Amino acid sequence: MRLLQWMSLLLVAVAAPGVVLTRDPKPQVVTLSFYGLLCALMFFIFQAPDVALSQITIGAVMLPLMILLALTRMRRHNQQKQRKGSK
Amino acid sequence: MNLRARTTLFLVSAAALAVIFVLAFLDLPPMGDYRGPYGYVVTQVAVYERHATDVVNAINYDYRAFDTLGEEFILFAAVLGVLLLFRPDDKKGHKRNSNAQEQDELPVSDALRISTQAIMGLMIVFGFYIATHGQLTPGSGFQGGVILASAPILLYLAGNVGAFEKITSSALVKVAECGGAGGYAIIGISALLAGTHFLTNFVPLGTTGDLFSSGTIAVISVCVGVEVTGGFVQLTQIYLRKIVEAELRKKS
Amino acid sequence: MILHVPYFIAAWIFLWGLYGIVTSKNLVHQVVCLAVLQTSTYVLLLTVGYKVGGTAPVFADIPVGTTVVDPLVQALMLTDIVVEATVAALLLAMVVKANELANTIDPEELRILTG
Repeated sequence: MRLLQWMSLLLVAVAAPGVVLTRDPKPQVVTLSFYGLLCALMFFIFQAPDVALSQITIGAVMLPLMILLALTRMRRHNQQKQRKGSK
Repeated sequence: MNLRARTTLFLVSAAALAVIFVLAFLDLPPMGDYRGPYGYVVTQVAVYERHATDVVNAINYDYRAFDTLGEEFILFAAVLGVLLLFRPDDKKGHKRNSNAQEQDELPVSDALRISTQAIMGLMIVFGFYIATHGQLTPGSGFQGGVILASAPILLYLAGNVGAFEKITSSALVKVAECGGAGGYAIIGISALLAGTHFLTNFVPLGTTGDLFSSGTIAVISVCVGVEVTGGFVQLTQIYLRKIVEAELRKKS
Repeated sequence: MILHVPYFIAAWIFLWGLYGIVTSKNLVHQVVCLAVLQTSTYVLLLTVGYKVGGTAPVFADIPVGTTVVDPLVQALMLTDIVVEATVAALLLAMVVKANELANTIDPEELRILTG
């Protein structure tokens, strides 16, 4: 059990710079979702099932979804602006 | 200041902050050596006092229910803020897609359509299960509400844009969100009317382990689930509104 | 000393999130780095409340006297996760509006606020 706890902590510690150093938002959404799943795994291993459920639903599903929706809306706005500008 | 100067300044101050962190954390007890008295007291007492088996939810919805009331209103205020930021700024107002039919579909691959429509029913049942079993198992109204709120998104992924628009812009979603938030406050006020303090667990507690046990914890959990579902469905609808309108206009 | 390393990992994640916010060239990237920064508080709270040999604080199938980890910090973490989601939602709405007004999401080029 000790080994599992240390491994999950190290995985989270290695994944956090991975999320930060992905500069482009679209791949960063995928790494953020994976980081959320790693955090949820760590919460399970440290005997916190309630928090792990919360982290999976929010950090691995809702937060990347909202970011993707915001990116889609911005891309659509930029395309419309380009079309109006080129007319 | 430009990026290089900012980065250098940050690295210097981050080094100082790291030293402060290390010195502060060395004063904490080592991990695994939990000394605080409150955790021991609550785990001895919570099951007998509140007839709830999940102590974390008993703390959230009973011992510290006032903090959870504030947290739910944070969610309410955030949805209100996003609604205000995205209000339509043309004079005609938001054209409601009242002629959105449920047969309006986008060309989506068969695998995606079948798998999302198959999973949707399972997710709705699972969300209801988690939201109503707040006092017994891990997971309470909040987690169940978020699971329920991601079910309409599966509809959009399956290409069924008309049904997505009809479900998410209906008045029931708004009523659910406001009703859930208000219901939490009303439960607290009815404790006042019953003669005790605000948000006391004044309903009969039932037997431990039953579904209808632990008094107001179960009711508050369901209220929070309803509010969170309404809030997150509205959030996704606001972001997807322009895109759904454009796609429905292209079809007609 | 070796058992204080989980707290240092929380500080490590905090500093990396802060580095991402300071050196970012994209507002959406900044929002994600803020989310990473908030997860450092979860790590700290979780490791403060952990007890060796303890199990989950749910007494559905175990008798009441067994050793469990601290439930109070888990209740604090639940509130923390809700706050993360709401702050991110509001910030993303502001980023979309800033893009509509200024046609850019580079914080260096957003000169609207500097008058």
